[in-house]
Amino acid sequence: MAAEQRVKSPPAKAAFWRRPVFRSALFQTLLVLALVYFGYFLFNNTLHNLEQRGISTGFSFLSQEAGFGIVMTLIPFSELSSYWDTFIVGLLNTLLVSGLGILLATLIGFSMGVARLSRNWLIAKMAAVYIETFRNIPLLLQIMFWYFAVLQPLPGPRQSIHITDILFLNNRGLYLPAPLFEPGFDWVIAALGVAFVTVFFMVRWMHRKQEETGQIFHTVYISLAILSGLPLLAFFATGLPLSWEMPELKGFNFKGGMVMIPELAALLLALSIYTGTFIAEAVRSGILAVSHGQTEAAYALGLRPGTTLRLVVVPQALRVIIPQLTSQYLNLTKNSSLATAVGYPDLVAVFAGTTLNQTGQAVEVIAMTMGVYLLISLAISMFMNWYNKRKQLVER
Amino acid sequence: MPLVHTPHPDLPPPITNVGVIGWLRQNLFSSWINTFWTLLASYLIYLTIPPLINWAIIDANWIGDSRASCDANQSGACWVFIAARFDQFMYGFYPESEYWRVNLAAILLLAMMTPLFLERFHYKAWLAAAILFVYPVVAYTLFAGDVFGLMDVETSRWGGLMLTLVLSGVGIVASLPIGIVLALGRRSNMPIVKSLSIVFIELWRGVPLITVLFMASVMLPLFLPEGTHLDKLLRAMIGIVLFQSAYMAEVVRGGLQAIPRGQYEAAQALGLSYWKSMGLIILPQALKLVIPGIVNTFIALFKDTTLVLIIGLFDLLAMIQAGFVDAKWLGFAIEGYVVAALIYWIFCFSMSRYSQSLEKKLNTGHAR
Repeated sequence: MAAEQRVKSPPAKAAFWRRPVFRSALFQTLLVLALVYFGYFLFNNTLHNLEQRGISTGFSFLSQEAGFGIVMTLIPFSELSSYWDTFIVGLLNTLLVSGLGILLATLIGFSMGVARLSRNWLIAKMAAVYIETFRNIPLLLQIMFWYFAVLQPLPGPRQSIHITDILFLNNRGLYLPAPLFEPGFDWVIAALGVAFVTVFFMVRWMHRKQEETGQIFHTVYISLAILSGLPLLAFFATGLPLSWEMPELKGFNFKGGMVMIPELAALLLALSIYTGTFIAEAVRSGILAVSHGQTEAAYALGLRPGTTLRLVVVPQALRVIIPQLTSQYLNLTKNSSLATAVGYPDLVAVFAGTTLNQTGQAVEVIAMTMGVYLLISLAISMFMNWYNKRKQLVER
Repeated sequence: MPLVHTPHPDLPPPITNVGVIGWLRQNLFSSWINTFWTLLASYLIYLTIPPLINWAIIDANWIGDSRASCDANQSGACWVFIAARFDQFMYGFYPESEYWRVNLAAILLLAMMTPLFLERFHYKAWLAAAILFVYPVVAYTLFAGDVFGLMDVETSRWGGLMLTLVLSGVGIVASLPIGIVLALGRRSNMPIVKSLSIVFIELWRGVPLITVLFMASVMLPLFLPEGTHLDKLLRAMIGIVLFQSAYMAEVVRGGLQAIPRGQYEAAQALGLSYWKSMGLIILPQALKLVIPGIVNTFIALFKDTTLVLIIGLFDLLAMIQAGFVDAKWLGFAIEGYVVAALIYWIFCFSMSRYSQSLEKKLNTGHAR
C-alpha cells in the first residue's frame, strides 16, 4: 500500500531557480540588458565626440558636391558630381573588377585543377608548382608586385611595347581598339537575343524528346550553330555596322581606343592568379571526391571515357565544387577592396578613402561600405543555400 | 621415365616498358596529345627557368655594401640591398641595442613549441595552455619593456617580420576563446543567444578585412569616451581579433557538429552541467578535430596581416616597400618583393604541409 502511494506521488520538483527555462530566460535578459547598455554607451560617446569635432550626423552630405576627380569612371562623372555619385562610381568599379576577376579566375582555376590531375607528369607538376606557389603568397604582395615591379617600370607612351598598330602597352596602361557601333548594330543584338531564346526552348524540347523516345540529338553543335549563325547573318545583312577606333599617339599620350589603366590590370592579374589557385584546388577535390566505383560502373555499362566524364563524373563533382566556387567568388569580391593599395578607384578607395577623408562622416561612410559587401555576401549565401537544397544527395 | 614439362624462364619485359624509358613513355609520351603537351611545357620551362637562375644566382650581386656594387652589373639581382636592410625587415624600427629581446622571445617560443611535436611528450595540453596564456604576457613584457629596467620601446617602433608575427599571434590567441564562445552560442538552445551569435559571425564574415581595419582606425576613437587614447597597433589588433573570431567560430562549429549526439547525451545522463559537459566531454574532442582548420585560418590570417600597411603600420611587407622607396636603394622593387614572397611562402607552405599531415593523422579510415 505504502509502496503504491510512493509511486503515485509526483516527483519532487526542482526549485524554480534551478529550472533550465528560468535560467535561460534570466541569462538572455541579462545579456540583452548588457548589450543595450553597451550600445547606448557607444552611441552616446559617438554623439559627444562628433559634436566636439563639429561633424553633423546623417546622410545629407551625400548630395554635396564632391570636388575631386576619379581616374576611371563607368558613368559620367566630374568634379561637380555629388558624394552619392562617388559611391556609385566606386561600387561600379568594384563590380567591374570582381566580374572580370571571377571570369579569369574561373578559367585559370578550372584548367589548372584539371591539369594537376593530368596523366602527363610534367603538366601535373607544373600545375602543382603554380598552385603551391601562388596560394602561399599574400594577395596584397602580389598586387603590389604586379603594379610597382612590373607595370610601372614599363616604358613611357613614346616607347610603348606594341603589336603592329593595334595594341600598345606602356606605363599609362594597355591601349586597345575601341568598337564603334553604327545604327544597324541593334539588329545584331536583337538577333543574338532571338538566338538565345530559340536555343533555350529547342534544348528543352530535345531533352524531353530524348527522355521519351531515346533519340539522341547533337544539342551542343546545333545550339552553337544557331548562337553564332543568327547574329552573323544579321551582321552581314545590315552591312557590317561596326568599325574600330584605333589608339593613336598624340603628343605625350595616346588618344582614342580603349584603355585599361595599370591599376586595374595589376589588380585583375593578382586577383585572378591568386583566386585561381583556390578554384583549382576546389576543382581537383571535387573530381577526386567522385568515387572510383562510379567511373568503373559507367565503364561497365559501356560508356566511353568522354561520356563518362560528362554524364557521371562532372555532375557529381559539381556538387562538391559549386559551394567552394561560390565562396571563392565571394572572397574575390571582398579581396578586390585591396585596390586601395595601388589606387584603383574601387568602393573602398574612393568612398571609404577620399570621401571619408573629405567629409569626416566616418560612421555613415563605413556603414554604407560594409553594407554593400554584406548585401553581396548575403545574396551569395542565399544562392548557396538554395543550391545545396536542390543538389543535396537524396538518401533513404 | 616420366616426361616432366619444364617451362622456359620468363622473358624480361620489353626494354621500352621498364626503367627510365618505360616511365617516360607512360608519363610523358603516351599519346600524340600528351607528347604535344610535354613539348610545350618543356619549351615554357626553357623560356623561364634558365633566365631566372641567371638573374637570381649566377649574375646576381652578392658582395658589397652600397648600391654602387649593384649598379656596375645590372643584369643580375641585387642581393646586397637585402643584406644591407635585413635587420629592418626583421625588426622594423626597433632599437638595434634591444634586438636581443625579440630574439629571446622568438627562441623561447620555439623552445616551448618543440615538445608539442614530440609523440612521447605527455603534457601537451598544459604546455599549449602555457603558450596561449603565459607566453603572450612574457613576450609583451620583453617587447614593450619599461619594467625590470628594460628600456621602453613604443609600439610605433615595432615592425618588420616581428610585427607580422605579433599581429598574427595575437589574432589567433585572442580569437580562439571568443570563437569558442561564439560557436557554442550559435549551437545554443536559447533563441536570443543563438541569433546574436549568428548576426555577429555573419556580419564580420561578410565584410572585407580592410573595411574592418578602416573601421578600427577611424571609428573606434569615436566610440570611446573622450580622452581615451588607443594605440594604433592596439586598434588594428582589435579589428583583426573581431574579424578573426568570426572565422574561428565557424571552424570550431565544424568540430562541434562532428561530435556524435551520443556524446552530448551521455554527458547529460551523467548529470554534468552545461559547462562541465562542454569543458570535459565535448570541447576536448571537438578542438582536437579542428586543429587542422585552426592552422588553416592561421595561414589565412598570416597572409592577411599584410593589410595593416594600408592603415600605416610597418609590417614585413611595408618595411620592404619602405626599403626600395628609400633614395639610397631606389629601383630594387623586384628583389624586395621576391624576398618578401619567399619569407611568406616558407611560413605558409610549411604550415599548410603540417596541417595536411595532421589531417591525415586524425582522419583514419577514410583514405582510399
